[in-house]
Amino acid sequence: MKESFDAIVVGAGPAGCAAAYSLARAGLDVLLVERGKFAGVKNMTGGVLYGPVLNNLIPDFWKEAPVERHVTRHVITLLSEKTSLSIDFNSTGLDESLQDGYTVLRARFDRWFADKVEQAGGVVITGVRVDDLLWDGKRVVGIVAGGDKIPAGVVIAADGVNSALAKKAGLSARLSPENVNQGVKEIIRMPRELIEQRFNVSGDGGAAIHFLGFCTRGVHGGGFLYTNRESLSLGVVVQLKALIENNLKSVELLEGFKAHPTVKELIKDGSTVEYSAHLVPAGGLGMVPRLYTDGLLLTGDAAALVLATGRSLEGSNFALASGMAAAETVRRAREKGDYSQETLSHYAELLSESFVLQDLKRFQRSAELLENQRLYSVYPELACSLAEKVFRVDGDPKKTVWQLAREEMKGRVSIWTLLKDALAARRSV
Amino acid sequence: MSTMTMEQRLALNKYEVDTEAHIRLKQDVCLQCEARSCLYVCPAECFKEREGKISFSHEGCLECGSCHISCGPEAIEWSYPRGHFGVSYEYG
Ligand SMILES: Cc1cc2nc3c(=O)[nH]c(=O)nc-3n(C[C@H](O)[C@H](O)[C@H](O)COP(=O)(O)OP(=O)(O)OC[C@H]3O[C@@H](n4cnc5c(N)ncnc54)[C@H](O)[C@@H]3O)c2cc1C
Ligand code: SF4
Ligand code: SF4
Repeated sequence: MKESFDAIVVGAGPAGCAAAYSLARAGLDVLLVERGKFAGVKNMTGGVLYGPVLNNLIPDFWKEAPVERHVTRHVITLLSEKTSLSIDFNSTGLDESLQDGYTVLRARFDRWFADKVEQAGGVVITGVRVDDLLWDGKRVVGIVAGGDKIPAGVVIAADGVNSALAKKAGLSARLSPENVNQGVKEIIRMPRELIEQRFNVSGDGGAAIHFLGFCTRGVHGGGFLYTNRESLSLGVVVQLKALIENNLKSVELLEGFKAHPTVKELIKDGSTVEYSAHLVPAGGLGMVPRLYTDGLLLTGDAAALVLATGRSLEGSNFALASGMAAAETVRRAREKGDYSQETLSHYAELLSESFVLQDLKRFQRSAELLENQRLYSVYPELACSLAEKVFRVDGDPKKTVWQLAREEMKGRVSIWTLLKDALAARRSV
Repeated sequence: MSTMTMEQRLALNKYEVDTEAHIRLKQDVCLQCEARSCLYVCPAECFKEREGKISFSHEGCLECGSCHISCGPEAIEWSYPRGHFGVSYEYG
């Protein structure tokens, strides 16, 4: 191995692979270090990967990458204890280029991406944990791994939510039980034909279902179900604070979610083959740390660049885009032969111009609004019980939907609270 | 699908367990702790309470980080396992 590199990237998730691939392709000497035996084996996501960002880097990536299915059905399902109510958007009729969300399994996807880095001329080492940064005064000048010191012009930290490197540099995102959510997930194996029949998809099409309500027993969080080629990804994501305050365990919520009559039907005859857990930084812009210092850049989850709105959880494309922006910054810095923070500040400019910081700004208040407990309890229940009344034919004189709605709201939520929440939601969804 | 015990869940995964623990617990600090958040947030149930004492085993750890973020009294010295060791997902 080389004695020294232009850049060392730590962590072979989407942020690290995108950064290392961009640098290798630009002709820089780059080393990508990953602690897992192979890239991807430590990583879990929901997960839908939204395609356009990666498509800019690797055109038509989905033709060669191990993606599972492209999402042709986006479903939002509200759960009460026994019933459910869904909104189902089906885009099968649209041109394939417009169906740009792909379900992925990270153990496979990240490994492919790390191989691409190698093919582009980067050096990839796996099974090595980076333990520390190498310093020259206040400047980061490399890494320490397994007792070895490896110098580099610049280090890109792409080591995920529990970033040890950000911590060593004093740039950590302020992680707390309020702004971090825990995801637990099962992979449920199921024959291809059964998935296609049951989820009303065909070919490579797939479904992404987001659940709200009883899946977390009314506490801050939600459930998800994604179809893969021959398996389902099923899980819940819950705020750590909600677990602590309610003495709940995610795994209990997961079991309850699987036993819900609606979900039980969807996973019937499948068998669980993996159980995983991972955290998501969900505090938005408020928890994003300083993004660089002399000789160091933070990307992806390590910098808490995740968008959590009432609508979705998006981290992969933020990781990809920040990795690419970090690489562009490093490429310019190398031309100048200067990796000082003045030069690296270009990174913050690039992110401000892109959706990464713009979206985080626009949805700045999401984290606060998602604290509204009614979102997870009162509203899903209300919607389901109203639907139950609307669809019930019991021989009694009929009432209008409006009358039924007022009846169902009684004792649950006032019209003023409802209006206030609806107004607030305009900004967070 | 019937419910699974934590042992059954973790047995689905592949582990290469290091003899050296990557997470260390200052058990004396736990004695003073009332919240005991670790018991709820650990998705692998690595923390156990018995007769008022908290014990910890790193073997089934899913390397999520929930415990150190949730432990108010900072009784946990946390890191990822050394390279190669710990859990490896086949799907992820
Ligand atoms: C349950 C759940 C559901 C999600 N759903 C979605 C979704 O549907 N869509 C979406 O866009 N996003 C989703 N996200 C978020 C998304 O997964 C992350 O934002 C994204 O993976 C971040 O990428 P990253 O490269 O920054 O970090 P990671 O993917 O975490 O990669 C970090 C890498 O660094 C390695 N590493 C860490 N420390 C070291 C070290 N010291 N030395 C060497 N290597 C190290 C790790 O092993 C890992 O490979 C979800 C997250 C969770 C938890
Ligand atoms: S929360 Fe921390 S201090 Fe309290 S019992 Fe758990 S590990 Fe010990
Ligand atoms: S890192 Fe996660 S799985 Fe491991 S002990 Fe801590 S909470 Fe449990």
